[in-house]
Amino acid sequence: MEWDALLLSRLQFAFTIGFHIIFPAFTIGLASFLAVLEGLWLFTKRPVFKNLYLFWVKIFALSFGMGVVSGVVMSYQFGTNWSVFSAITGSVIGPLLAYEVLTAFFLEASFLGIMLFGWKRVGPGLHFFSTCMVAIGTLFSAFWILSANSWMQTPQGWAWAEDGTMVATNFMEVIFNPSLPSRFAHMVLAAFLTTAMVVAGASAFALLKKRALAESRVALRMAVLMMALVTPVQIMAGHESGIVAGEHQPAKVAALEGWWTTRTQQPTVLVGWPDEEAETNHFEIAIPGFGSTVNNAGPDVVLPGLDQFTEEDRPPVWLTFWAFRVMVGMGVVMLVLGIWGAGAWALKRLDSSTWYHRALVLAGPSGFIAVLTGWITAEVGRQPYVVYGVLRTADAVSPVPAGSVATSLLFFIVVYGIVFTAGALYILRLMAKGPDTEETPPQSDQPPGTPLAAAIKEAP
Amino acid sequence: MFGIELSMIWAVLIAVAVFLYVALDGFDLGVGILFPFAKDARERDQMQASIAPVWDGNETWLVLGGGGLFAAFPKAYAALMPALYLPIFLMLLALIFRGVAFEFRHHGRERGKKWWTFAFSAGSIVATIAQGLVLGGFIQGVAIEGEVFVGGPLDWLTPFSLLVAASLVAGYALLGAAWIVFKAQGELAERARRWVKQLALLTALAMGAVSLATLGVDARVTERWGLTMTSVDWPVFIKLAPLPVLAGVILFLMWRGIEERKFLRPYLYAVCLFLIGYVGLAVSLWPYIIPFAMTPADAAAADNALQLMLVGALVMLPIILAYTAFVYWTFRAKVDDHATYH
Repeated sequence: MEWDALLLSRLQFAFTIGFHIIFPAFTIGLASFLAVLEGLWLFTKRPVFKNLYLFWVKIFALSFGMGVVSGVVMSYQFGTNWSVFSAITGSVIGPLLAYEVLTAFFLEASFLGIMLFGWKRVGPGLHFFSTCMVAIGTLFSAFWILSANSWMQTPQGWAWAEDGTMVATNFMEVIFNPSLPSRFAHMVLAAFLTTAMVVAGASAFALLKKRALAESRVALRMAVLMMALVTPVQIMAGHESGIVAGEHQPAKVAALEGWWTTRTQQPTVLVGWPDEEAETNHFEIAIPGFGSTVNNAGPDVVLPGLDQFTEEDRPPVWLTFWAFRVMVGMGVVMLVLGIWGAGAWALKRLDSSTWYHRALVLAGPSGFIAVLTGWITAEVGRQPYVVYGVLRTADAVSPVPAGSVATSLLFFIVVYGIVFTAGALYILRLMAKGPDTEETPPQSDQPPGTPLAAAIKEAP
Repeated sequence: MFGIELSMIWAVLIAVAVFLYVALDGFDLGVGILFPFAKDARERDQMQASIAPVWDGNETWLVLGGGGLFAAFPKAYAALMPALYLPIFLMLLALIFRGVAFEFRHHGRERGKKWWTFAFSAGSIVATIAQGLVLGGFIQGVAIEGEVFVGGPLDWLTPFSLLVAASLVAGYALLGAAWIVFKAQGELAERARRWVKQLALLTALAMGAVSLATLGVDARVTERWGLTMTSVDWPVFIKLAPLPVLAGVILFLMWRGIEERKFLRPYLYAVCLFLIGYVGLAVSLWPYIIPFAMTPADAAAADNALQLMLVGALVMLPIILAYTAFVYWTFRAKVDDHATYH
């Protein structure tokens, strides 16, 4: 492995997108959660919903800010580090990103101002409308970026132009490419579950500390409902996504399953240590034949292993294999906690089961881990291509010296380290404190005059 | 034929997006640049509160500028970004500090708050300097062979780009000061008036210096304006002379009218000043999208991509402008009114 501009650019992209995706994954779900809370409050007039809204909106403001600034980086990085990719694919996926800016970014950013600072300036109806616009904006944004990314996984509706760039022959085929439906569903549900796990963890923590009991009980029920209902759907969406990948990206599926040989009745490898030199898994524990069943293949269907692909056409196996297992593991955690919660709810023990609350606190970050490892599975599994089967990552990099990329990467690590640590600290501090309740009138520890403190005081 | 028209439409659209960015985020960054000159924490809170509800929307124009360049002119984007790699990243990193500081300042305790106050201000200053370096590096042109950047990593670093960077700091500070005149009351507003007067002079000097220096960038610019160090080609220059004359008039009006109770006017004058500079630059660099190397037609995406995006832009931009105006209207009051101070 050579520390050239290519490897450094890949590391930088992985680092910056990995950092970035944490925040959208959280805020997509949180924006919808806030819209539901505000709607319930307007409808029922119960103060618990208002208190919950005012609590979670502070966490939303912190997370959204970090999402915005790390997102601006992404819109320039295509050009700075992947200029060849940009020049070749610009006519195909450029419009998708332009539509993301036009339909989503402005909507989110503009109505966020009213959502955070507009309590006294607009009526409750208009404020609710603003929250909904922010929530819808996050979903539009997810759609367009998933469309662009899915096209890179399963490209269609394009042709080579004379100057060696790609042009779209049919934009409907580009936008609605084969992997978009399952991947968009998988990502949005992942965002909802990520938020549900954080809300559940924070509410369970408050219940353990006997704080804001009414609010925490309501929020816990909302989170458990989401977990119990959505996790099974999410598992089906993930399964569908895997089936589509099997059709279009067999090397990715072979790598994430840990299949080295092409055969019928592929196994499901539970754990193992993929060895790319020896082309085998060490210490493998597998269920024979079950892999074919999971991949919707009959007992006589031959499924490709990595031996179908020359070494330079294979994705990094170890990382894809393990990222996939961690993701699935987190899904199982959510499934178990969802069923456990639904059971406790049915037995009226949801508020008193301290063991369940402790488990939820521990599982608070499980959504983030699942999102990150899921993205590693999808993106590392796509290697060595940036546009699958068409454009290799190695051929897409900018003509910049390694020194420049090393400098920017180093600064990114330092800056993101500082920003992330501070942001996480402030969010955890807020969570440890819990929502302000009616019994103790809203007292902010922020200096008087901060817009948010003022907004909280003015909230009707 | 139609392709050339489409690429021109998109060049104009992106130029408008970049100008809106400069006019809007310019005052945000300007407020950050002026942070060290605030009297106390209360004034800094007021200054930040004057931009907190709108900064995010303002910065989105930068994303449209970058994203739009990628989508409409992929070859220009692919050639420019590697050429300006380091100042672009300097800008992005600075914008990160500036952006998170809005919220972080209010969550930090003693030391944290001090640090994020510093980060907000330093982030604003460095982001402005970096944007100036990008602009300077862009104006002086980048080394391109066969649509690909072939220069070195520090090509952008010249006395010219440093001059542009320093000028942009003065210009954004002027926008910021004028915005504070619009949004603040009492002592802070009075101080902001003095800032506007001082910064107007500084910006005028800077614009003059950058204009003269731009003449030296390329013979084509000299020819366009009919100006050389030793001679003036009057028939050519007279057609463009209204630009500097107008800039002078606006400066005079801003200087004289600053004491009047027309609070938004200084900001609008400052935007006009930027607009004149911007038009002057467009005149100098016409018809290139990368100066002296690539025209919009050379760099444009395929026609069907440009058409699809044009439909989106024609539908969405009026809506975006409408709700942006609504947000500004919602927060039109002086800062004291909506942030309660004790």
